[in-house]
Amino acid sequence: MIDAHRVMLSAPDDFEGWRDAARDLAEAGVPASAVVWQVEGGDADLFGSAVQQRAAPSFPVPREFVNLARNVICYSDRERFALLYAMLLRLKSHRRALDDEADPLVRRLADFAKAVRRDIHKMHAFVRFREFDGRFVAFFEPEHHIVRRAASFFVNRFTNMRWSILTPELSIHWDGETLAEGPGATRADAPAGDPLEEMWRTYYASIFNPARLKVGAMLKEMPKKYWRNMPETSLVEPLIASARNRELEMIDRSVAKQGLEDAIEAERALQPRSNVRASWEALFREARGCTRCHLHECATQTVFGEGPLDASIAFVGEQPGDQEDIAGRPFVGPAGQLFDAALEKAGIDRSAVYVTNAVKHFKFVQRGKKRIHSKPNAGEIEACRWWIENERALIKPPITVALGATAAQSLFGKAMAIGKNRGSPLQLQDGSECWITVHPSFLLRIPEEDRRREERALFVRDLKRIRARAEELAA
Amino acid sequence: MAQLDVQAKLAILADAAKYDASCASSGTAKRNSRGGKGVGSSEGMGICHAYAPDGRCISLLKILLTNSCIFDCAYCINRKSSNVRRARFTAQEVVRLTLEFYKRNYIEGLFLSSGIIRSSNYTMEQIVEVARSLREDHDFRGYIHLKTIPDADPELVRQAGLHANRVSINVELPTTSGLTRLAPEKDVRQIEGAMREMKASIADADDAAKRFKSAPKFAPAGQSTQMIVGADAASDADIVRRSSSLYDRFGLRRVYYSAFSPIPDASAVLPLKRPPLMREHRLYQSDWLMRFYGFTSAEVRSATDAQGMLPLDIDPKLAWALKFRDGFPVDVNRAPKEMLLRIPGLGTKAVDRIMSSRRWRKLRLDDVARLTLSIAKVRPFITTLDWRPTFLTDRTDLRMLVAPRQQQLELFTA
Repeated sequence: MIDAHRVMLSAPDDFEGWRDAARDLAEAGVPASAVVWQVEGGDADLFGSAVQQRAAPSFPVPREFVNLARNVICYSDRERFALLYAMLLRLKSHRRALDDEADPLVRRLADFAKAVRRDIHKMHAFVRFREFDGRFVAFFEPEHHIVRRAASFFVNRFTNMRWSILTPELSIHWDGETLAEGPGATRADAPAGDPLEEMWRTYYASIFNPARLKVGAMLKEMPKKYWRNMPETSLVEPLIASARNRELEMIDRSVAKQGLEDAIEAERALQPRSNVRASWEALFREARGCTRCHLHECATQTVFGEGPLDASIAFVGEQPGDQEDIAGRPFVGPAGQLFDAALEKAGIDRSAVYVTNAVKHFKFVQRGKKRIHSKPNAGEIEACRWWIENERALIKPPITVALGATAAQSLFGKAMAIGKNRGSPLQLQDGSECWITVHPSFLLRIPEEDRRREERALFVRDLKRIRARAEELAA
Repeated sequence: MAQLDVQAKLAILADAAKYDASCASSGTAKRNSRGGKGVGSSEGMGICHAYAPDGRCISLLKILLTNSCIFDCAYCINRKSSNVRRARFTAQEVVRLTLEFYKRNYIEGLFLSSGIIRSSNYTMEQIVEVARSLREDHDFRGYIHLKTIPDADPELVRQAGLHANRVSINVELPTTSGLTRLAPEKDVRQIEGAMREMKASIADADDAAKRFKSAPKFAPAGQSTQMIVGADAASDADIVRRSSSLYDRFGLRRVYYSAFSPIPDASAVLPLKRPPLMREHRLYQSDWLMRFYGFTSAEVRSATDAQGMLPLDIDPKLAWALKFRDGFPVDVNRAPKEMLLRIPGLGTKAVDRIMSSRRWRKLRLDDVARLTLSIAKVRPFITTLDWRPTFLTDRTDLRMLVAPRQQQLELFTA
């Protein structure tokens, strides 16, 4: 070590200093092991002798080496100067030595240069200015000695602004015409906040799509080491957490329902009830084109539910009949008239309740000119359940009334005995109340006068209890 | 409705814009703000200023001018019948927001799109006004990407091209039947016609630029498009065929794929499930194969299964190699570049490095290992001076050996 050559560089990224010294040393044939590279202010090696600067004739090196060296010099590893010098010596004997890309030294230098280019690129991307008194100031912590290399980008982009970028090693200041350098700084030297950051955070949160979570991809491109000086990164964790919660809720319930319910819930929170109508109308329009089962093939049209969307009671019948199919409205035929009369007796205003059917298309068998009602099967009920569930999700009626076995099967997802369950409230899966009673058309089909009167009275009794319960819930 | 402040509008109109995948700010002419009076530069290379937890980069301020729309496209959150909250920016609000964000180095520029209000021309005028004001009133030299509207007046589209770096029109769905079903007001011939005109305008401007130095620039970053994956029944083979024909016919810079996300308040005609992110990824990989690896669209399609779908567990290049094993192993010391590009696990950079270093040395397996990310993936398909894979073509379990190790399945992996 006694006769080692000592080179003192003026800064960690002093490319010119390195180039001049390296050229002279290489010209003199000094081997790489005999050179000690140091940066001013760093720990000095006591035994080296300083290199004397000579204006020596230089040997040509390929331009790509110069480009490589400019980047490698910025790498924060003390070995960089020596490795570059070793490469330079090799270039002296083989001008194309850099082409041997599989060589370990070439590879290592290429990796250094790549890391530096990436750090420069990330500095261009992640510097965040804060405006203070018409001046834009940023604090940034690069990994390598890149501030000078990265500066021209900011000068070119923000030529007509006055700005400063503070880093722990070095600060740069642009006054619109010249770039000045200053000593390193701490985060405390930069202004504390900028009202526009709230705006930027709003944008960041809104542009995030919670349906697609790819945290790994984000971390790969925006490693945590850069997060400290970026205003938006404080949102990352809450955004991930809320996206995961949404997903967990989805596991709990069926995926389809939750999406709609969430959206409706969110809407309600914003503007209570005003958009439910639009949503219901969209549902209605879509239902008109429903082909979820084959019943649409013969029926005239979809008969959807009707009534106020803030109704406290929703009545669910079986399916539209002959007259409903033609009119396109529920409960307008003979059974509907009986239903209206019973409602009136029970003191329920039909215009204040929502009325719909478990199955939305008329199922029938043709007998001559007559279309005879035919009971929907389990598959048809199941296919149509989708609509009824969406209707109920929109309206959220405190009480749902199943008129007859088909409606009960649709609402509960299984066959329910009417006689056993009528007269008192049951609980649906979503927690709301459901009452089961007979379908009005059943009352039309009873031949015996006495029994018919008896059953009608029972039906009205049920409706009265339902009305009382609805009033009780509303109070 | 009460007047919304700019922040509330931003929340609504950025939320409405997030289903557009493109955020590129690259491939445009170099420019800076020296000698000007405003801010802005473009380096040619795009910059991603932030990343959201969805893994997407945030390069541009991506917003809609308004999310009101007279169209009723089923896949779109902003469709007429949707239940979302509506808002509308004025042109000047967008201009101010863009400049303020840009000056703080949050963004590379603006990506402006809009729901159709009143008429296509009226909407297009508003979009063009934002770009004009940025360029002319504020001498803004950052990146501008404008969505153009297929049936807008050609003169308006031309103005958009003069101010913007990139213009785009979305083809939306890979098949015509899908478009008819899900976007009844859109017309595939009109969309393609607009792309054709755009291509002609870009070519004219390039032509003029060759002859006159002062010729105005016209969309120097070209045009791109986007299609939604997973909203209709199109197979991967259909999608690959469609995008390759789009690239060929309209000189597109990019075709973006957007995995259909279950949007809030979704229309009932759409499947409600998690977005097929892996499928989207595989389609992008196949896109890369065609653009950078010399694969033809027919070759990519030949890697699909009987249903025309690319495998999800392995990448399309590996799938192709496993299907056409007779071409392997490839001798890395002698094979032409076209063949090296077909080796699974070798990227374009690694291939260039191999080409460059084999003039110097006969490559051994260690040498190749230094040039690639993972030698294990490459090894079965190459021979080097000291390596020859055994019985490659005969092994029926080769796929198991090279496919990435299966992890415990997540509950909701797409």
